[in-house]
Amino acid sequence: METIVLAGKTFEVDEDGFLQNPELWDDEVAKAFAPLEGITEMTDEHWNVVHYIRDYYLKFGVAPMIRKLCKETGCNLKKIYELFPSGPAKGACKIAGLPKPTGCV
Amino acid sequence: MSDIPEGTPKPEQLAQIRYKPPRRGWMDKPVELKKGTYCYSARSKFMEYLNLPNAREWNPTEGDWKLPADWKQTILDGMRERLTRFRSFRLFMDICVRCGACADKCHFFIGSGDPKNMPVLRAELLRSVYRNDFTAAGKILGRIAGARELTVDVLKEWYYYFYQCTECRRCSVYCPYGIDTAEITMLGRELLNLVGLNIGWTIEPCANCFRTGNHLGVQPHGFKDSIDFAVDELEEITGVRVEAPINKKGAEILFIAPSADYFASPHYYTLLGYLALFHEIGLDYTWSTYASEGGNFGLFTSHEMIKRLNAKMYAEAKRLGVKWILGGECGHMWRVVHQYMDTMNGPADFLEQPVSPVTGTRFENAKSTKMVHITEFTSDLIKNNKLKLDPSRNDHWRTTFHDSCNPARALGLFEEPRYVIKSVCNNFFEMPPNTIREHTFCCGSGAGLGNDENFEMRMRGGLPRANAVKYVNEKHDVNILLCICAIDKATLPVLMQYWVPGVEVGGIHEMVANALVMKGETKRETDMRGQPLNNAEEKEHV
Repeated sequence: METIVLAGKTFEVDEDGFLQNPELWDDEVAKAFAPLEGITEMTDEHWNVVHYIRDYYLKFGVAPMIRKLCKETGCNLKKIYELFPSGPAKGACKIAGLPKPTGCV
Repeated sequence: MSDIPEGTPKPEQLAQIRYKPPRRGWMDKPVELKKGTYCYSARSKFMEYLNLPNAREWNPTEGDWKLPADWKQTILDGMRERLTRFRSFRLFMDICVRCGACADKCHFFIGSGDPKNMPVLRAELLRSVYRNDFTAAGKILGRIAGARELTVDVLKEWYYYFYQCTECRRCSVYCPYGIDTAEITMLGRELLNLVGLNIGWTIEPCANCFRTGNHLGVQPHGFKDSIDFAVDELEEITGVRVEAPINKKGAEILFIAPSADYFASPHYYTLLGYLALFHEIGLDYTWSTYASEGGNFGLFTSHEMIKRLNAKMYAEAKRLGVKWILGGECGHMWRVVHQYMDTMNGPADFLEQPVSPVTGTRFENAKSTKMVHITEFTSDLIKNNKLKLDPSRNDHWRTTFHDSCNPARALGLFEEPRYVIKSVCNNFFEMPPNTIREHTFCCGSGAGLGNDENFEMRMRGGLPRANAVKYVNEKHDVNILLCICAIDKATLPVLMQYWVPGVEVGGIHEMVANALVMKGETKRETDMRGQPLNNAEEKEHV
């Protein structure tokens, strides 16, 4: 298992840098992960998406459907990519502390 | 906006392919795992969840793969057992004359120039060990007879190259003996399994499937949440409120789709198509939160895993008391259904031979499995004039069709998808004949290889398909590549982004939904993607 040290804390991550213990997540963790995804500052727009994903994950145990994420946060896919350059799964979900989605996705 | 991982070579660099084989013999060149072309190992927690042997954390780039002490005996015993169990395996090991007809048919060879991606040589990686330990000639003559000893380096070579085959079976079409190289890869992977050499991208979906019924780990309340959202959105687009029954006992038909259809895009637009169509024809059907996955990554793991994961389909059909099963736009599901399910999980004698409740057509081909492909079902509806269609609503799309490998080569489904597309779209253009139907080129990312770490190899493997799309894009302005497989829908968009920018990817039932004139609908302002219909038309005239 790989580890990464951010803001003085050590996190276990997978090969692609996804947090392995989602329960350790909080806003500070998100801020620490953001620069790795090419985000210089977490704006309200970023938090809106990240908190939506996080709340959905706590309720349902998975990431929301991409279409639903776009609609309920008011960000179309293009906007999501602008905010999170690696996209909804590899960027936004990673910062929200979710595991990497697998399968036919 | 980019799904292309940093550090990926540019297309013009990747297109420089050397086909000249190295000077040294292939047996003398140990494998080298290059970044972007191999798969990560499976996490121990998912291995443990499935009770797979030798669960541990390990890294393919490190020298020590943490193999069990008796690994060699385990592999050889495993080979011996499978040579007895599968007559095809022994035949495929014995019969190849190395004529080379398959050599240049593999998309990974075409895209990489690596001789070990010639199907014949990929099979030799295993066959050489077979000769060494299971044939008299190999035992006596050794290397002269093409035999070699099983070593850790050989095992590493297997891991690298059996996970550089998408089991698409294109090479098998050209083999004069009918050797099914996909089966050789399957057995190669199965042997690797015995000593705990599994990749993450197949084992995590398998573990999720075992836990929740689908690759993504979606639980029943999450499943319902996604379907409810789709119902709401379909109403916004069409003005028609549809019902989407879930776990409904006594329904006539159980519908099973890949889980990505209710998670990812552009898969989701196909989900809207299913919902619209079933409502319009008044189908008495149900979704299941347990049989909530058509895909079966067991196919990319082992025969035992196929059986374990596929059991839910018949179990759920029985529990819900349906008459037969309808399957969605999933690719490899159809290899499992068509070629394994009846004997592995059947006989499904508690189900009835499928009959369309709308047209009365009996699906003779589904007599044993009791499972019908959605394009068979929909093409039958269209043929019998049961749908009111307005193909002009798809006029902003100039379409071509990618025959997804398994529906094409494992199910023989060539005409039905085309019949449906031509009925719902005015603009349809075929790619060149040697790249479609049974000759279809793989997306390059199937069989568990759709992961990011393997990105360069995926782009290499997808090059022949992308090239054919580029041809129709340049000749006919094709702007959407239609397909009937969830792996395709996940991986072709980025393949297009890389090789043929500007071409979108979609499903057939997305096109059906656009064209379907529904009773009581409001004037259609947008297509299923929310793109304004009029604006799209105006754009074309500018």
